[in-house]
Amino acid sequence: MKEKLVLVGNGMAGVRTLEELLKLAPDKYDISVFGEEPHGNYNRILLSPVLAGDKSFAEIVTHDADWYRKNGITLYKGDKIVAIDRKKRRVQSENGVELEYDRLLLATGSKPFILPIPGHDLDGVIGFRDIHDVNRMLQAAAPGKHAVVIGGGLLGLEAANGLKKRGMTVTVVHLLDTLMERQLDKAAADLLKHELESTGLRFHMPAQTEAILGEPCVTGIRFKDGIELTADLVVMSVGIKPNIELAKSCGIYCERGIIVSDTLQTFDPAIYAVGECVQHRGSLFGLVAPLFEQARVCSNHLAEYGIARYQGSITSTKLKVTGIDLFSAGEFQGGENHETLTLQDPARGIYKKLVLQDNRIKGAVLYGDTVDGAWYFQLMRESADISAFRESILFGQAHVGDSGYGNENKAVNLPDSAEICGCNGVCKGDVVKAIVEKKLYTLEEVRAHTKASSSCGSCTGLVEQILASTLGGDYSTAPSKQALCACTALTHDEVRAAISSAAYQTIRDAMAGMEWKTPDGCSSCRPALNYYLLCRWPGEYRDDAQSRFINERTHANIQKDGTYSVVPRIWGGVTNSHELRAIADVADKYEVPTVKITGGQRIDLLGIKKQDLPGIWRDLNQAGFVSGHAYGKSLRTVKTCVGKDWCRFGTQDSTGLGIQVEKMTWGSWTPHKFKIAVSGCPRNCAEATIKDLGVVCVDSGYEIHVGGNGGIKVRVTDLLVKVATEAEVLEYTGAFMQLYREEARYLERTAPWIERVGLAYVKHRIVDDRRGREALYQGFVAAQQNAQIDPWAELAGNTEYCRQLAPLTLPV
Amino acid sequence: MNNEWIYIAALDEIPRQGARVIETGHGDIAVFRTLSDQVFALRDHCPHQGGPLSQGIVHGEKVTCPLHNWVIELNSGVAVAPDEGCAQRYAVKVEHMQVFVAL
Repeated sequence: MKEKLVLVGNGMAGVRTLEELLKLAPDKYDISVFGEEPHGNYNRILLSPVLAGDKSFAEIVTHDADWYRKNGITLYKGDKIVAIDRKKRRVQSENGVELEYDRLLLATGSKPFILPIPGHDLDGVIGFRDIHDVNRMLQAAAPGKHAVVIGGGLLGLEAANGLKKRGMTVTVVHLLDTLMERQLDKAAADLLKHELESTGLRFHMPAQTEAILGEPCVTGIRFKDGIELTADLVVMSVGIKPNIELAKSCGIYCERGIIVSDTLQTFDPAIYAVGECVQHRGSLFGLVAPLFEQARVCSNHLAEYGIARYQGSITSTKLKVTGIDLFSAGEFQGGENHETLTLQDPARGIYKKLVLQDNRIKGAVLYGDTVDGAWYFQLMRESADISAFRESILFGQAHVGDSGYGNENKAVNLPDSAEICGCNGVCKGDVVKAIVEKKLYTLEEVRAHTKASSSCGSCTGLVEQILASTLGGDYSTAPSKQALCACTALTHDEVRAAISSAAYQTIRDAMAGMEWKTPDGCSSCRPALNYYLLCRWPGEYRDDAQSRFINERTHANIQKDGTYSVVPRIWGGVTNSHELRAIADVADKYEVPTVKITGGQRIDLLGIKKQDLPGIWRDLNQAGFVSGHAYGKSLRTVKTCVGKDWCRFGTQDSTGLGIQVEKMTWGSWTPHKFKIAVSGCPRNCAEATIKDLGVVCVDSGYEIHVGGNGGIKVRVTDLLVKVATEAEVLEYTGAFMQLYREEARYLERTAPWIERVGLAYVKHRIVDDRRGREALYQGFVAAQQNAQIDPWAELAGNTEYCRQLAPLTLPV
Repeated sequence: MNNEWIYIAALDEIPRQGARVIETGHGDIAVFRTLSDQVFALRDHCPHQGGPLSQGIVHGEKVTCPLHNWVIELNSGVAVAPDEGCAQRYAVKVEHMQVFVAL
């Protein structure tokens, strides 16, 4: 028999929890829902456009009767729970429905706070909370009539704007002299006020309301200073108050909200609570993003997975009031130990402020131009070091091109026909359409439905911008932490830390210990776990071939027609007639259709059938070749120029050094592919300054550059250090690779890794800390003992492996 | 359509969490073996761009195509939403650790 789950409150947080729960454990519960309002669930954030006449109610309904029916959920519309008997685990509704529960979920939301001033109960005094309030306002609204909105916060201004659009004369009354003081600083708030005044809104602030006048209907309002205003309608929007009466009445511990733990449980473990009614670690909630995070955690526990924890949210606010863009996030007021960067352009109506601490963003306020809000917010969440582009950061992502992370266009200004994702041919219009029609909220959902940014990922920023601008409202659905994949709630960094602390030795142990949601993971997490284990336990961990991408299983690159390409290692790109003849012989013997010189100065044999691989490996091994690892998340090639032996400009033996570097680093597994180059002089013919690690020889020694990328987003390297000897080049190279191997996330190239942790950090670990560098170098050398085994020689001798490469044949 | 069970290989010949390919007159068939030793057979041709599904990573009762990461349900051949498409499915059975396919 199924367990019984009762949800009290048919709003966004509660229903989102059910949605997440149905994904995890669709058959676990018989679910009943009680909602006071006589509708299905709707998007409360979009009430303002309904008030303003830009949307109809039907457009903001997110879950209609059909959804409840399809999912087998019993919905009691227009009925509310009035009593909870916790001993008998029973709820009773106003209409006399009595239900038992095994688990109860309270999502009773909040109520508008009504100031207890004389006249607050007059006809015509309305809160702004639900569609009922909106309908009452619309009934009262008529051109020429007067409305007063008490409260200059987000909701108050949206209500004022909506009523003004309906033709009313609207005055906003605010206690403070700063509008939206929870989101804006004084400078931005003044700009906002000025601009709203120019559209016809009136303000009376700072002002304290003393009484609402009239009998029985509102006729006016009086302030402490004696001033009176005419009013036919008063909208009270001074704040919200968690709706905790029901919880209190059955003895559940409440303070300002219902107190919940990190598992969203109240003091009664059978009763959970999510949304605006809860108080978690002292915080109350009023934005949608934290509610969705709570829903995810709560559903995980209701499904009895028991692994997720809610640890609070970092939130940002993005909103539009009459076409004015605002964004704010974090500690935007600044304070001690904080620095502030500001940009003010009154003529264009733009104000931007970033609050920094140690070159990391702590808060932001944007007015008039919020295109970069998502980017700043991402930098803030990641606690990224911005020193590399600090001087231009206020101009936005489009202006930091030299750090490699600039976008050519601002998504908002792009036409629908503009191509966003070059890999998958997705236009802006496709993305917007999918977000609207399929009700997508997150980057992952957009990726799944449109494919945009799902291949190389270089357009991720643009897609996020489109998501933010399309959703509008006070949305930021970006979770404060990104799970490794759908099989776990843990992040890459948490998984890595757990492998160390719990000493997991196999993928199976790790998945069991970290309570993976799937029996054997997926094609995202298995390769990541395999890498993390391999990196953590060098020499001990037994590599799991079935958790590797096909290229790393066959030590060749799969091609679009299912054939493979084979690249033998040519040390430093230097070869000879014997080697070339051997490659030619292999090309003839196996009828290789295409022979191509690669960008990394190697020779690529394309169009090899899978079953021919062992034979080719054997033949190339015999000629002295090993695998070129052109297929791996590993050291690829060391590209060199001819150096001082031949070149009239060469300052050092770049080819010889390149060969030494390649002999040291080949065979190493890294979080993503790793490319090295050595140039013999600053003319840089080996293009060393767009490699993961590039050595540029100069007359007095060797410059070591790191974090370059010549691929999707070109990024020029940062200079790590200049050294005097070849031995130092080898030591710094080994140390840098080991730091990257141990700390970057799987599939994170050096370029984004360095941007995330900051060059200063890498310099600190590799350059300043001599002992640390030596330890990293020793760690690299030790790991290489087990890594430098030619996989071709190893596998060509493994008869079972070779047999399984061949197709099975049907008996004739 | 011939509904005879045709012997393919011993179960051990198919790697766990992996696949083998059977060459036939009308194209390649991929025979998958999951972690829990369930066996499935699909046409070795991703509905997206024809990638060899047999070379993908097998997880649960799904395989991820090696070319563009479409995820295909092994028991039905259907692509996991929101992708749309289907790889032809073949009946397969295991008796006494021996694998048979009906073509």
